[in-house]
Parts: sequence; C-alpha cells; structure tokens
Amino acid sequence: MILNQVLFYFFALLAVGSAILMVTRRNIIHGAVFLISTLLATAGIFLQLQAEFLFVVQIILYVGGIMVLFVFVIMLVNLDVALRQIQFNRQKYLAAVLALVLAAQVGFALWVARAGLNLSNPSDKMPARNTEAIGDAIFQRYMLPFEIASVLLLVAMIGAVVMAKRRV
Amino acid sequence: MGHLIPSSIAPYVLPVVYAVVIVAVLPLLAGYIVLLERKVMADMQARLGPMRVGPHGLLQPIADALKLLIKEDIIPANADKLMFWLAPLVSVTMALLAYAALPIGPSFQIADLNVGLLFILGISSLGIYGIVLGGWASNSHYSLLGALRSAAQLVSYETAAGLGLVSALLLAGSLSMKEIVQAQYDQGTWFIFSVPVGFFIYMVGSIAETNRAPFDLPEAESELVAGYMTEYSGFRWSLYFLAEYANMIIVAGIATTLFLGGWLRPFARWHDHFPGTSLEFFDVIPSLVFLAAAAYCFYLAPKQPVQIQKAVMAAFGGACLLLAGAMAAALLASPEVMAGVHGAFWFMAKVVAYLYAFLWFRFTFPRYRFDQLMRLGWRFLIPLALVNVISIGIAIVLKQSLGWIPFWAMLVMNIVTLGVAAWLATEGDKPEAALQTADTES
Amino acid sequence: MIPTEAYLILSLALFTIGVVGVLTRRNVIIVLMSIELILNAVNINLVAFSRHFGSVDGQVFAIFIITDAAAEAAVGLGIILAFFRNRETVLADEMDMLKW
Repeated sequence: MILNQVLFYFFALLAVGSAILMVTRRNIIHGAVFLISTLLATAGIFLQLQAEFLFVVQIILYVGGIMVLFVFVIMLVNLDVALRQIQFNRQKYLAAVLALVLAAQVGFALWVARAGLNLSNPSDKMPARNTEAIGDAIFQRYMLPFEIASVLLLVAMIGAVVMAKRRV
Repeated sequence: MGHLIPSSIAPYVLPVVYAVVIVAVLPLLAGYIVLLERKVMADMQARLGPMRVGPHGLLQPIADALKLLIKEDIIPANADKLMFWLAPLVSVTMALLAYAALPIGPSFQIADLNVGLLFILGISSLGIYGIVLGGWASNSHYSLLGALRSAAQLVSYETAAGLGLVSALLLAGSLSMKEIVQAQYDQGTWFIFSVPVGFFIYMVGSIAETNRAPFDLPEAESELVAGYMTEYSGFRWSLYFLAEYANMIIVAGIATTLFLGGWLRPFARWHDHFPGTSLEFFDVIPSLVFLAAAAYCFYLAPKQPVQIQKAVMAAFGGACLLLAGAMAAALLASPEVMAGVHGAFWFMAKVVAYLYAFLWFRFTFPRYRFDQLMRLGWRFLIPLALVNVISIGIAIVLKQSLGWIPFWAMLVMNIVTLGVAAWLATEGDKPEAALQTADTES
Repeated sequence: MIPTEAYLILSLALFTIGVVGVLTRRNVIIVLMSIELILNAVNINLVAFSRHFGSVDGQVFAIFIITDAAAEAAVGLGIILAFFRNRETVLADEMDMLKW
C-alpha cells in the first residue's frame, strides 16, 4: 500500500518535473532527453494502473520509436544557430495566463463533479489477463478503428517518405 | 528462517537477491565471453590466443578490467558533458534491466511478468539511446556517423527480429517467458523444429541488433575508427563494452527461451532409467560435463611452465569438480531443487551454444556494406518475416480447425515459406540492374 | 489503491505544461514535442478512467492514440526537414512566407 503511494508520487513528480524541464530547455537534445524521461514515467503510471500491455507499448512505440525519430531529426537539423536565438516568442505571458485559465476551468469541473462520478472509488474488477482482453477488444469490438488505423499508418508512411525526399 | 523476515517485505527478498547476483556476476561473465571470443578466434585462425596472463589466458579478463579501470578519463573539448556522461549509463542500465524478466531456470527469475517477452524487447530497443546520444555528445564526425548508422541498423532489424519472435509466439500462446517454456514442454518439441524459418530470421536479426559481424560496420576499426565509441576511453568504454556483451547474452537468452526450449533438457518428456536406479541418462550429463572439464584442467596443470600457473589451473580444476559435485548432489535433493539447478545448467549450455554460433559467424563471414545491410533488412528479412507469420497462422488454423496432424501442417507451411524466401532472395537483382541502366542512360 | 482523481490531476498538469509549450516556444521541434506531451496526458486520463470503470476500452483508445501520435510525428518531422532544407530555419516566427 505504502509502496504504491511512493511509486505514484515518484512517477508523477518525475513526469511533471521532466515536462517542465523539457519545455524550458535551450538545447533541443536536452529537451528530447527530458521528454523521454516523461514518457518513461508515464509508462510507470500505466503499469500502476494495471495496464501492462500499454506499459510495454508505450516503451516500444513512444520511447523506442517516436523519440528515436525526433532525436534523428534533431541531429539532422543544424542546432548551433538555434542555440543563440531567443527561445520564447512574444506572446509568452498571455499564453501562460491562458493556459492557467484552462487548467483552472478543468480543475473546477473536476471539483464540481467529484461526488457525482465517485472518483475516489475505482473498481477492482479489471480483466485478469490484460493482453488477451485488449486483443479481444481490438479484434472484435474495435475492428473498424483498427483497420482505419492501419490505413492511417500507410498514408503516414507514404507522406513521410514523400516529404523527406530530396527531389520529388 | 521464514519467520525472521517480516511479511511486508518477504516477497521482495528473493528477487533482490537474484538481482544482486546478476549484477555482480554479469561483468565477470561478459569478461570471460570476451576471452572465449579471443580463444575461438585464435583457434579458427590457427593460432593460440592469450596464453600469458594466467594459464591459457584464463586470468586475462581480470587484467583487462584492471587496466580499463585505471586508464585516464578523456572528455573531448566541445563535448556536451551531460550527454557524454549519460550515454554509456543508459546503454548499461537498459542492458542490465532486461535481465529482470529473463528466466535462467524454473525458479531463477527476478520477475515473472505477464508481458515478459515484450518487456525485454522494449528495454533492448531503449539501448539505441545510449548509442545515439554517445555519438552526438562526442562532437566528432566519426562518432556521429557511426551512431546514426548503428541506430538505423538497429531500428531496421528490430522489426524483423520481433516478427520472427511472433511466429513462435503464435505457437506458445502467451507472452510470459515461463508459459512459453511450458508450452514447449506441453507440445513436446522445441519451437526451432516447428518454425525453423522464424529461428533463422530471429538469429540474423539478433546478430544485427547487437552490432556483431557480419553486421558490425558501425564499429569496425577499418571503417569508422570505432564508431560511436571513438571518443570514449577507460571506464566509460568498458561500460559500452559490458552493455554490448550483456545484450548478446540477452538475445541468446530470448532465443533459448523461445526456440531452444529454455531450461528443458533434451527429450524432456522421455523418461528412461539406468537399471537398478532411478537415474535418467540426460540427468547425469551435467555432472559428466563438469567432470570432463575438471579432468582436462588437471591434465593440463602439470604442463604449465610457471609454478603459479600450475596452481591456478589446479584451482580451476577444483572449481569444475565442485560444480560437478553440485550437479550430482542436486539429483539427490527435492525435485524443485533438481529442476532449478539442472534447468540453469541446460539454459546456460544453450546460451553458450548460441553465443558460439555468434563467434563462429564473426570469424567466417565478411562484413556487409551499409546499403547491402539495409537492403537485406528491409527487402528480404521483413517481407520474409511477414510471410512467415501468415503461414504459421495458416498452419495453426489447419491444425485446429481442419484437424491436420501438427507435424504435416508445420512442414507444409514451412516449405511454402522457404519457397517465398528463395523468390525474395533472387528477385532483388533485377531492380538493381534496371537502376544501373537508367543511370548510364541519363 | 490510488484514487482516480490523483491521476486526473496529474493528467491536467501535464496537459497544461504541454499547452504552454505549444503556445510559447519558437522552435517548432519543441512545439511538436509538446504536442506529444499533450497526447500523453490524454492517455493517462483515458487509462485512469479505464481502471475506474474496470474495462479495457480506455486502454484500446489509448493504443489508437499512440498509433496516431506516431503517424503525426513522422509526417510533421518530414515537413520540418523539407522546410529546413529550403529555408535553413526551424523557428516558427520565421516561417512566414504566406503572410501578407
């Protein structure tokens, strides 16, 4: 029980801290490394929520695939010039205020709804075998979104190859 | 002993002990695999290899480790210090973390995850960051090019290796490593005999994953100095080295668990007895192997030129005798202990056999050029792996719904896959010829 | 067991940081990374509710979001590479060729 709480606070603080550091770094590679740290902390949160398959999918796809793509592109784009420029644009204060207003709105909605949704009482009847349950759900109830996702990936593959070619 | 440990931490004691054992033993084991590699390389090149440090070079890894520890730590001038420090750390951490889900015997596993196989694959794919960040942080052309090439190679062959594993997973029906070995026991065959094409794809993919020859262009000395490891020296380099050999043992462990029966002894379901006892033939093989090793050590001991080498050789012989005694004693203990000890022996034997194949390939095949490497990965292995998955799926449908005998279903679909492989291997020549003529015309 | 609202607050915090990153930074690569952060925050929210109601539907939706994020990152980075080859800049302020 206590280990559960310690782990949650560890992952949550790591995620939020790395996110703040990512958004404020001058060096883009450092920002990418902090995003990797945030994504790994999120994977830990998924494991705590008993989503084992999503935990490994997050690590393999997000950290091991998407972030590798980001790091490759950052290395191919010349960083030295960007390091010496101003990092934040002209509307930074207005943006921060608006983001805080958004957070306050959502927080207020959560506060008003906490009794109605009974949020302090999560159910404990998750299916026992997580991977098999997700497999059943994807291939029976969510078959159409699965097929559409594969078409989306094909389109994205073609699009990325076309966009990154030197001469079309 | 059980009531001295409070129940709140009791489930964590044994995994922590296993983890400490693995982290303590692994650098030593990696060092001895390096020695094995040098001796095997020497044997295949008709020479002797390290002979000086310790008898027959047996203390060479310790000398190498001491040398690396006391070397000067050089950091390039404009290197990114945070990344330079972090990169070998990431490599080693991910390589060691993958051992958390690897079962070295029926009772020697740190954590039996439901998704153990995917966990190991995911953590191994995180090792790419150690390479890419190390190459970037070194602020040198060789390092960056080597790192990008190495990362591209790893990403390409990861897909093929994963699909090769999926074909064996279809037969196993679960991602938990223990259940995969149990499925091989229940079906009576190792999966290498059911999906040999999958094993071949995984073997080629794992050789490329660990940057071993013939796929070692990113770290070959004649090509890019040492690739991403160029600017690292001393202890940081030894961390990269340890990560590479730990990765080799992990992929050997995955191949053993999925394709070679894990900790099952050969003919696990066939029981025979020596007359008058309850010993089985395959159960005495571990002790016999260690006895033979001890006898060889004692035979070589008097022939050493130096007195202390005689003593070290005799000590190694004594250690082999102790292990032989441990294997024999396990026969007399309870079935769980025997299964655990003998299971660990068979698992390590299969891992060593797989690693010997790695070493054999290194000194037999010439190196692939980088474009040939990428072409092999994307245009041969990945289509072959996809066809393999589909054909094994068809075989399972034939087996379960149409009632074919499993042997014939697997045989027919494997022959179909081999036919597709032959077509894939030869069809790549024609587009290259078309490109050649197009270039000469324009 | 950790109550669901703890995960919702964590998700809200990450979402806000992501929104600040998207609206504030000039470097479009960091803007793309902040978009990934926003998608992650939404994933945490979905999985928390999936555990709250005891079904895997939230996790399936999260898998589709991860797939979507991969596709979007690939195409977005391809566009950034193509733009960088032409104009030698990755700052959002300087990508103003279509302005009057």
